[in-house]
Amino acid sequence: MSGGAALNIQASMKSLLPGAERPVVQFENVGMRYGLGPEVLSDVSFRIAPRSFQFLTGPSGAGKTTLLRLILLSVRPTRGLVSVFGEEVAGISSQKLTGLRRRMGVVFQDFRLLDHLTTYENVALPLRVQGRQETSYRAEVVELLRWVGLGERMHALPPLLSGGEKQRAAIARALIARPDLLLADEPTGNVDPGLGRRLLRLFLELNKLGTSVIIATHDFGIMDAVDARRMVLGEGRLRVEE
Amino acid sequence: MSTETETRPRAAAAAPADPGLPANLRRNAPLVPTDTSAGRSLAAVIAILTFLAGLCAGAAEIVASNAAQWQGSVAQEVTIQVRPGPGRDVDADLARAESIARSEPGIGEARVFSKSEAERLLEPWLGSGLDLSDLPVPRLIALRLGGGQTADLKRLRTRLTEALPGVASLDDHALWLQRLSTAAGAFVGLGIGVVVLVLVATGLAVTFATRGAMAGNREVVEVLHFVGADDDFIARSFQRRFFGLGLRGGAIGAGLAILAFALAGLLARAARSGPAGQEIEALFGTFSVGWRGYASVILIGVIASLVTGVVSRLTVRRFLA
Ligand SMILES: Nc1ncnc2c1ncn2[C@@H]1O[C@H](COP(=O)(O)OP(=O)(O)OP(=O)(O)O)[C@@H](O)[C@H]1O
Ligand SMILES: [Mg+2]
Repeated sequence: MSGGAALNIQASMKSLLPGAERPVVQFENVGMRYGLGPEVLSDVSFRIAPRSFQFLTGPSGAGKTTLLRLILLSVRPTRGLVSVFGEEVAGISSQKLTGLRRRMGVVFQDFRLLDHLTTYENVALPLRVQGRQETSYRAEVVELLRWVGLGERMHALPPLLSGGEKQRAAIARALIARPDLLLADEPTGNVDPGLGRRLLRLFLELNKLGTSVIIATHDFGIMDAVDARRMVLGEGRLRVEE
Repeated sequence: MSTETETRPRAAAAAPADPGLPANLRRNAPLVPTDTSAGRSLAAVIAILTFLAGLCAGAAEIVASNAAQWQGSVAQEVTIQVRPGPGRDVDADLARAESIARSEPGIGEARVFSKSEAERLLEPWLGSGLDLSDLPVPRLIALRLGGGQTADLKRLRTRLTEALPGVASLDDHALWLQRLSTAAGAFVGLGIGVVVLVLVATGLAVTFATRGAMAGNREVVEVLHFVGADDDFIARSFQRRFFGLGLRGGAIGAGLAILAFALAGLLARAARSGPAGQEIEALFGTFSVGWRGYASVILIGVIASLVTGVVSRLTVRRFLA
């Protein structure tokens, strides 16, 4: 089809010109407050380029989780513009929202595993909710579980997992559907430095395959291990260190 | 970037099922936690409501089928009443009336009740051992319709009143039949109304239970949204769980109702063997639920579970919107 071919050419031309590419995430003068509380974020503007890798850092309570939640569209900005995958998020339909979320993988700071499902089922969840047959992804899920060191724990329920095991299960769940954008909130907070570096390598691998990665962390150990852009939050403002 | 490359974790994506997969791996467990105490209570409520609705439907069916039977047999019969009067020979009047009736086409059979039979009919009201010979007890001729032709009761009536004015009258039970059919219709309507009310109550109970489950599983719903589930998928998950609960409750309730009818039918049959039982049966008809009764009980169980599924789905959709 000629239309498809034209689109392909357009896409490959775009990839030759990284600066001209549509950002995966774009914030413009975003302000955010919870209820009537103080502004957690004010005048935050930035872009996340496709296939980029960055850290989001700042002291506790600076608003890292809030910023990730804005990207995830789990909270709406009180002012300013947020667009994700080129889609302006104000007034987005729930159908489009689902489409956007399927392109994102999220590692929550508090994991948010479903306690009544096994580790295996938790990790398989993003594929399952797309209506895929269990047999079609079983091998894939098991392989990823083994890779993050949960091969022996895949039938365990999350309440029986250690903090680090939960964290790895949460990471595996975020990676399993090969998202275009990965948001990870303190993904190495509960693991030893060795495993932390191993998980970081997993993120870098994913990034090499074309996924944009944002890792929120306090951990200078892993930040110093990678030469990547740092977005530093402090007192509601964002400073970007290239 | 510093990268030590390692094999891609998901390179062998579409590999055949891993032989090393643990056997006790639970797969595709329901996404909404099942078997909570709230779920069990809901199933119990649905079972009770289905049971009550089943009893109503069965009772309505008994009334409807007995009424139809009564109507059928009563409509096949008319009676001529002959009143004794001063200076009249009752037996001659009776014979006259009988011959008029027999001459009518469509009258299959005529039976004259003797004086003692007529008095026996009054026994339940007046008691036995009473000398009724002085009382002017009306005498009856029971006519059975049939004989290939339809009887013209209107003509029979005019002929009787012409021949025996003020003495013989024809009772075709029309008034009684009409009352019976009105009463039976009202009872059946009441039964249907109760069944509908019970189904509405089931729907309301399910609405509350679903809201409770949604609130209790807010975290689950949120996570499902984050991993890319759409509202329809989530609604389906809840619907599946509630349909299961409804099916369980509906099956238990309908099963109990059927059991109750079977038991009552057995008891009635045992009681019927006695002499009193026959009288009771003559008065109230048979106490047994026909296949239509059982079918409607099962239907109510099925409808209750369908209502449960659909209502929970609608509730979830409204909750998510
Ligand atoms: N749901 C909420 N309602 C009200 N205030 C909130 C809510 N979530 C976060 N906050 C407030 O917003 C501010 C930023 O919180 P946030 O969780 O984004 O910080 P953070 O940078 O992720 O911190 P940490 O490093 O400890 O995880 C904090 O002051 C917090 O108290
Ligand atoms: Mg945080």
